[in-house]
Amino acid sequence: MDAAIATLDIRDAADAAEAIRAAAARNQPLGVIGAGTKRRLGRHAPSPRELSTRALTGVTLYEPEELVLSARAGTPLRDVLTLLDANGQQLAFEPLDHALLFGGETCAATIGGVIAVNASGPRRIKAGAARDHLLGFHCVTGRGEIVKSGGRVMKNVTGYDLSKLVTGSFGTLALLTDVTLKVLPKAETEQTLLLLGLDEGQAVAQLRRASGTSNEVSSFAMLPAGAAPLCRVETVAALRIEGPEVSVATRRDALAAALRDSGARFETLPFAESAAFWAALRDAAPVAGHSGQVWRLSLAPTDGVRALARLRETGAPILAHFYDWAGGLVWLCLEPAADAHAPAVRAAVDAFGGHATLIRASDETRARVEVFHPQPPPLAALSRRVKESFDPAHVLERGRMRAEV
Amino acid sequence: MTLIMPAPEPDILSQRDALIERLRAILPASNLVVDETARRAYECDAFTMYRALPLVVALPETVAQVSAIMALAAEMNIKIVPRGAGTSLSGGSMPLEDGILLGMSKFNRVLEIDYENRCARVQPGVQNLAISKAVEERGFYYAPDPSSQIACSIGGNVAENAGGVHCLKYGLTTNNILGLEVVLMGGEIVRLGGKHLDSEAYDLLGLMTGSEGLLGVVTEVTVRILQKPAVARCLLLGFPSVDAGAHFVGAVIARGVIPGGMEMMDRATIHAVERFQPCGYPLDAEALVIVELDGTQAEVDLLVSVVDAIARAEGATTTKISTNEAERLQFWAGRKNAFPAVSCIQPDYLCMDGTIPRGRLPEVLAGMDAIAKREGLQVANVFHAGDGNLHPLILYDASKEGEMARAEKMGFDILRLCVSVGGVLTGEHGVGVEKRDLMGEMFTEIDLEQQMRVKCAFDPMNRLNPGKVFPTLHRCAEFGMMHVSGGAAPFPDLPRF
Repeated sequence: MDAAIATLDIRDAADAAEAIRAAAARNQPLGVIGAGTKRRLGRHAPSPRELSTRALTGVTLYEPEELVLSARAGTPLRDVLTLLDANGQQLAFEPLDHALLFGGETCAATIGGVIAVNASGPRRIKAGAARDHLLGFHCVTGRGEIVKSGGRVMKNVTGYDLSKLVTGSFGTLALLTDVTLKVLPKAETEQTLLLLGLDEGQAVAQLRRASGTSNEVSSFAMLPAGAAPLCRVETVAALRIEGPEVSVATRRDALAAALRDSGARFETLPFAESAAFWAALRDAAPVAGHSGQVWRLSLAPTDGVRALARLRETGAPILAHFYDWAGGLVWLCLEPAADAHAPAVRAAVDAFGGHATLIRASDETRARVEVFHPQPPPLAALSRRVKESFDPAHVLERGRMRAEV
Repeated sequence: MTLIMPAPEPDILSQRDALIERLRAILPASNLVVDETARRAYECDAFTMYRALPLVVALPETVAQVSAIMALAAEMNIKIVPRGAGTSLSGGSMPLEDGILLGMSKFNRVLEIDYENRCARVQPGVQNLAISKAVEERGFYYAPDPSSQIACSIGGNVAENAGGVHCLKYGLTTNNILGLEVVLMGGEIVRLGGKHLDSEAYDLLGLMTGSEGLLGVVTEVTVRILQKPAVARCLLLGFPSVDAGAHFVGAVIARGVIPGGMEMMDRATIHAVERFQPCGYPLDAEALVIVELDGTQAEVDLLVSVVDAIARAEGATTTKISTNEAERLQFWAGRKNAFPAVSCIQPDYLCMDGTIPRGRLPEVLAGMDAIAKREGLQVANVFHAGDGNLHPLILYDASKEGEMARAEKMGFDILRLCVSVGGVLTGEHGVGVEKRDLMGEMFTEIDLEQQMRVKCAFDPMNRLNPGKVFPTLHRCAEFGMMHVSGGAAPFPDLPRF
């Protein structure tokens, strides 16, 4: 696919600094890559050379009692999760795995890659995104300077919170060399309450109702009839409850009682099925299996259904969809089009406020269509100035997020 | 040790009359504080050690007025300092003699409560506690709860990324806001986030939070609101040593329990609190830990028994468990009054705010005692034990010659100690002016330059709250072409405060 790209495996921050400074001096763009699982994410603007973090591996600090873990950016996510799991802990933001969407091996991503795209799953609505779990980092900026920010403690307002800025920046500001994450205990068990027999609008309304109860539901999704992984003949609303054994059952019952007047039938997914279900949703299983262009929309929970209704009115050929985050996250798969239906999708979102990201489309389409939601001019200008404060020559991942960034 | 601020710029001082004239065209006369006596009311925030008389105080009521004032300041090259309720403990809103003080107190309306989307849109001058009050009728609340929540404003909370007692489980301000409206230095208005999650590009919402009023002026905040937990119960636990208390806290988290709140006090604070307003704290304990567990009844009851068992195993000498809401509030009463109680021992105190890896607590406390003995001052300690955020209160008497300077020096030494064990200078109060000159303890010159470059992206003339957070003055134009070699300090020609 990108055979012409020359890859340099960096051994440490000094390697990266040297390579970036040289590239900046020659005005040559540089890509940043970990395991390559996200190559097809973002705008298609490959750089002829790229820096790989795959040799930068290893967990450098893990103190379960302190809820903190540090790792070099190229550390496989799998290694991090295995280590946490052995200690009854987890990354609470549930990084989504792009293998279902793009093919390739599951759980092959690096921890740096996870942070670079702010990869978060269904629990994001309760536990926060990757951005909320990065306590600190070391990086090499587009100037070739070795910089650190943040720390290893939970509460820290010493200087700007650059952790938020680099998370989700797709390598366009800096190459991360080390990351320090907040980790949390794993719940003892989980169950999922399913609501069946409602139409889509009613089902999503029940998700929102559940989010206003004190039953500490941790994930809220709605699958249309026939959607994987459940493949039911009717719409399903799903509510995940996690915690100690004693409380999960009582909370599930309390939640069912609170939603009884919805007229839904209730079923329960026990622990293993529940965990497998949410892992599939995390990885966008209901849309990933369809061959088409995939969009991810983030809106207010009430607006997901409305935006989709508006999009349907335009006649957009929707092959598959589902809702997460209590209706605020909409995953869509559309029949392929040269413009990826971007004008219609974005107009539907803009009617309510939020953003739409083109996740899966051909390289050609992702080179032509803005992958990330357009910004108003003052905000676009500000974002560009922020980019240039790290990378004035636009060396790192040139064009990966915006044509101009 | 005495704080040095950038010298007032004669160019600005000489323009005062012209500035006031221009401001009168933007604001009604009653929203402009010009008279010296009236300006005195604004000469400091809750960091009362240092004061300055603002050039003029502007009290806008609309976003258009804020935008016009910011554009005017940019046009006339005049400094501007945003201020919320003035409860900053780090001098973040300390005025400048050559700066407009932009008071946001009139932005005090709750604009929208959107229960369906579990959020509220509020103006920045709304008090933290007022948000919870506005949504309590439906059983909702706003989670971050700084001790000053009855007075502090949500705009100030955003500026400092305020925390509180419940952060360990519910997160800080940054984890509980969804959107901001911000006025930039030239008067441009941008909206970051909204009622949806995550950013379409760079997370400027996250960057703005905790940026201490150096990047823009917040004119609207969208906060997440949560349904109140069904039940909350507290354990009041006395330990024979701080080490035992610290060990207990670690053991709770190691068991996978994340309490709603976990607070610790040392002997000095326990005694001060009991003298101030007796609430049944054990006077024989060296450390007191309050643990609050919240959730459903069954879960809370289970976790209370788990935590109680851990406490006994860790050698707790006192264990009390709340059986009703009145008792729970009684347990908290002393902790909530800790600061005023301590001020009854000594008229003046400095409230520090370091965070450390929790496991290093015993050695940090031992180090703190040694520093206190050396300086001949007393220190009382209150900690957010769950997340390692310390609040040493250094007691001093400002009327005694040299005592304030000794207290300041001691505070600096304590923060250096925090950094030396892997901690940070400030957990929730902000750097402001108070810790500005310590930034070099945590960051290299290059680290700080990158942060200052980010400021340049927002404020190229360095007019917004200058002299705070960063220990050197700088010119943005020179940053872009700067190369540091051989460890030489940049800009030898520019003042270091």
